[in-house]
Amino acid sequence: MDRTVVQLPTTSGVLSGLRVGDSFYVSGVVVTMRDAAHERYLRGGVPLPVDLRGLAVFHAGPVMVKSGSRWVCLSIGPTTSRRMEYYESELIERTGVKIIVGKGGMGSRTAEACRRHGAIYAVFPGGCGALGASAVEEVLGVEWLDLGIPEAIWVLKVRELGPLVVAIDTEGRNLADDVLSSARTRVPAALRSLKPYLAQLSRS
Amino acid sequence: MAFGATVYGKLVEILSRFVSLVAVRLPDDVLPALLKASRLEDSARARLMYDAMFKNIEIAALKRVPLCQDTGVLEFFIGLGEAFPHGAVLVKAVREAVARATGDGFLRPNVVDPVANRNTGDNTGPHLPWVDLEILPGVDYADVRLYLAGGGSSRPGSARVLDPALGLEGVAEFVLNTVAEYGPPACPPLVVGVGIGPTVEIAAVLSKRALLRELGSRSPDPRVAMLEEKLAEAINELGIGPQGLGGRVTALAVHVEYAGRHAATLAVGVSTGCWALRRGWLRVYPDLSYRVPSHRGVELG
Repeated sequence: MDRTVVQLPTTSGVLSGLRVGDSFYVSGVVVTMRDAAHERYLRGGVPLPVDLRGLAVFHAGPVMVKSGSRWVCLSIGPTTSRRMEYYESELIERTGVKIIVGKGGMGSRTAEACRRHGAIYAVFPGGCGALGASAVEEVLGVEWLDLGIPEAIWVLKVRELGPLVVAIDTEGRNLADDVLSSARTRVPAALRSLKPYLAQLSRS
Repeated sequence: MAFGATVYGKLVEILSRFVSLVAVRLPDDVLPALLKASRLEDSARARLMYDAMFKNIEIAALKRVPLCQDTGVLEFFIGLGEAFPHGAVLVKAVREAVARATGDGFLRPNVVDPVANRNTGDNTGPHLPWVDLEILPGVDYADVRLYLAGGGSSRPGSARVLDPALGLEGVAEFVLNTVAEYGPPACPPLVVGVGIGPTVEIAAVLSKRALLRELGSRSPDPRVAMLEEKLAEAINELGIGPQGLGGRVTALAVHVEYAGRHAATLAVGVSTGCWALRRGWLRVYPDLSYRVPSHRGVELG
């Protein structure tokens, strides 16, 4: 099977070849960051201990166990990216990170940052932690472990992590927001189709 | 006391293995529902998402690792038979069992003390693991139902008290709006639990109990069974699809549980379960033998 594999670090030039809806995999260095790590760096002003230029940030809090002096990743998958909407445009701007990986989509500020800085946001299927861990070749390091295992920054070497689906591309198109706004507009029609049954229930 | 200590130790052992099983393997009813839903999708993107889920289920079982890295906070719904002799010990054993399963690498430490804002490290904390107790008349066993409440799938959870004039239409509107707004990142296809009652907490607890019901089951009340079916159809008109990237099936099922309401209130609660619906049912007998009806043919490792 033909799969597109993006090597990390990558560039805007490479990513501009991907459009919303395209699927791909990544190999190379991926760095986990969730709410607390974003907060400490962007609001707390603590310098980020990892250089993110050209890399991928994964919205993920893994299950890790220590075997001797080495960390082993047992399960890793995405967390809800919309919680990071408050921070992400600034992270993209300040660090030069090129791929954000998470689940469920991100909003218009992130889409605008992707457009301006030639970055993308991609969805890894949520709940697929065992699949994610099978792509982790090595845990290269951990920073800010005082935040707890899920919130720490884990630096991972991965091989063909995926499938990933582009949900925001370098031109700022936003697949998940399109699905969301379409779902919102479909609510009234769905309710109308329910009405006759609900009326029938109330009479029975 | 020596006997008591032994019973406690045995129950911690059984419960921690049960917890680990639930983190690693889906209950028997979920995979057939996912397979059925996947066949209704015709886009390559939706199929790619389902293929990843099916592969993930296989890898987790093979390697005995958590299916999803978010193993949630643990909610126990325990029914104690009135003649079950170890009720208090069983309830006490839950906490240590959860801490042990965490130490064994089957649960990610998720519990954060909201005041100190610190992770407690072992999935125990104030009121956690959550234990909901009821007495089962006329039997001598205990039923332990476990639900792993992940962050992403708990995020859509909502409850509110409506004015009765809004009726079931108000209930339906609340359910549809909740799923449309918060469903996409909650790892659809979802199981949607709806609770109806007099107050928010009763509606909310019933909505979670609705998620404990087996997929494919229907409310014994034919009117409510129809409501469940029609609500599921309406949700599936929203087009959210697997992982919120578009598709035909957004809800695998809708389950409705209800209590009487106050003449002046109509409370509705919504809880959502992700596709990786990790719940289990363990039955423990007085001699501490047990079976796991939710996961037939699987031994507790």
